[in-house]
Amino acid sequence: MARVLALKEAVESLVRDGDTLAMEGFTHLIPHAAGHEIIRQGKKHLTVIRMTPDLIYDQLIGMGCVDKLVFSWGGNPGVGSLHRLRDAIENGWPNRIDIVEHSHAAMANAYEAGAAGLPLAVFRGYIGTDLPKVNPNIKSITCPFTGEKLAAIPSHRPDVAVIHALRADRAGNVLLEGILGVQKEAVLAAKRSIVTVEEIVDDFGPRSLNATILPSWTVGAISVVPGGAFPSYAQGYYKRFNAFYKEWDRIARERDTFLAWMKENVLNKGPEAFAEHVRGLRVAAE
Amino acid sequence: MTPSYKPNEIMTIAAARALKNEDVCFVGIGMPSAASNLARLTHAPGITLIYESGTLATRPSVLPLSIGDGELCETALTTVSVPEMFRYWLQGGRISVGFLGGAQIDKYANLNTTVVGPYDKPKVRLPGGGGAPEIATSCGEIFIIMAQGRRGFVDKLDFVTSLGHGDGGNARERLGVKTRGPTRLVTDLCIFEPDPETKEMIVTSIHPGVTRDQIQENTGWTVRYADTVAETPPPSQLELETLRELHARTARAHGEGGSKE
Repeated sequence: MARVLALKEAVESLVRDGDTLAMEGFTHLIPHAAGHEIIRQGKKHLTVIRMTPDLIYDQLIGMGCVDKLVFSWGGNPGVGSLHRLRDAIENGWPNRIDIVEHSHAAMANAYEAGAAGLPLAVFRGYIGTDLPKVNPNIKSITCPFTGEKLAAIPSHRPDVAVIHALRADRAGNVLLEGILGVQKEAVLAAKRSIVTVEEIVDDFGPRSLNATILPSWTVGAISVVPGGAFPSYAQGYYKRFNAFYKEWDRIARERDTFLAWMKENVLNKGPEAFAEHVRGLRVAAE
Repeated sequence: MTPSYKPNEIMTIAAARALKNEDVCFVGIGMPSAASNLARLTHAPGITLIYESGTLATRPSVLPLSIGDGELCETALTTVSVPEMFRYWLQGGRISVGFLGGAQIDKYANLNTTVVGPYDKPKVRLPGGGGAPEIATSCGEIFIIMAQGRRGFVDKLDFVTSLGHGDGGNARERLGVKTRGPTRLVTDLCIFEPDPETKEMIVTSIHPGVTRDQIQENTGWTVRYADTVAETPPPSQLELETLRELHARTARAHGEGGSKE
């Protein structure tokens, strides 16, 4: 059964130094508040998995939490480079990180295989690319029925998955709507999980018979953090704050502006700051 | 009279024209997104646009800044999970055109979006492949849109992120790939299409006012031309107005800069 915990307690009890950590959210529902809490608690030597390590992993990497990154697209969406990620790869600042690079299809398949309890993901991919030359985990397998050669990679089995969802009910069930990304798969593939939510409601109310719900017994901890996905968005709650993605380019470009921003906005703040961030971005209730 | 236009505009417009009403198009962010939506708003109102965030048949009124903006989901026929997107829809062969850009391209339209310089000691670390490696082999055919220049149009790629025509000829077939690969490369100067035999990308149409010297100056390999080279029809009033309105709406929606182009 999911436990409802303050975010601080959830991260203290479920994220450990040296863990393999997957924080997912595909543009939508990116768990920024949880990322800040992990940074505040100074977690170290993490292997971090994420399809699109955007701002949230730029911050974790720049603050020295990460030893290894498993990813498929590392940029600031629609804006350009992730300067902290690049500084780590190109110059080893603040520390060298190992990278394990995949394609989106591979990452999505690896999460799904992890959720399905399989040791590997099999798919038709990586044909004619150089990625297998730089990632020894990209191998192939021959279909025993047709003889077709297919790509094979290990499934993702993170120690802990962290996602942001729209809401939970009193029983600890979690509802996702809109762009779903790989969050359901990431939680089901992981040994432990933290889900931050916009709110806890008595009852989900009228919904599609096929609504995407993570049942309470599949979730570790639930923490209520209104605005916790900012500057990404939460469908029906608040909009994406595009201007911040552009602003991040300036903040993260230099080490000192980055560190100053992190001190002011992360180290010296708490999760409650997020509700304030989204005040002007709220969408009208339907 | 032909209205005046910028090189970026004719590039987007020429790329949009290549899309058909019945296409199912897997759309990348940036210029591919502008071209695909321009096609939808002009000659191809029935086109199905798919973004890798899982949005099927989306009809955004402004261009998304990212691949998963709420606008894409709210205007989509349905939204599926990302594993489903890549497994059932892309790998399942349900997409007719993939629309890609890149940082580097070679004469066989192989693309690099991974690194400039050696992989272990990169000069510039680029974002990486994202969806491109499988888009390049699973979609029926591939359109590429890229502004032309020596830094991007190179003789040899530092890294092959996604397969074009490999080393030419029947390279795709040899690798067991059944799709057609890049059939069109639209730049701000001209349009390339693969030579039917060698699969080298050769110029088949030149935008008005552009010279062959200009094309060569901006290309890192010796450019070849089709026997008959067309002149790209200039943008029509409707195409230009629609594109500019789309960009203006986008800029208003996203604040100052709007989507990148």
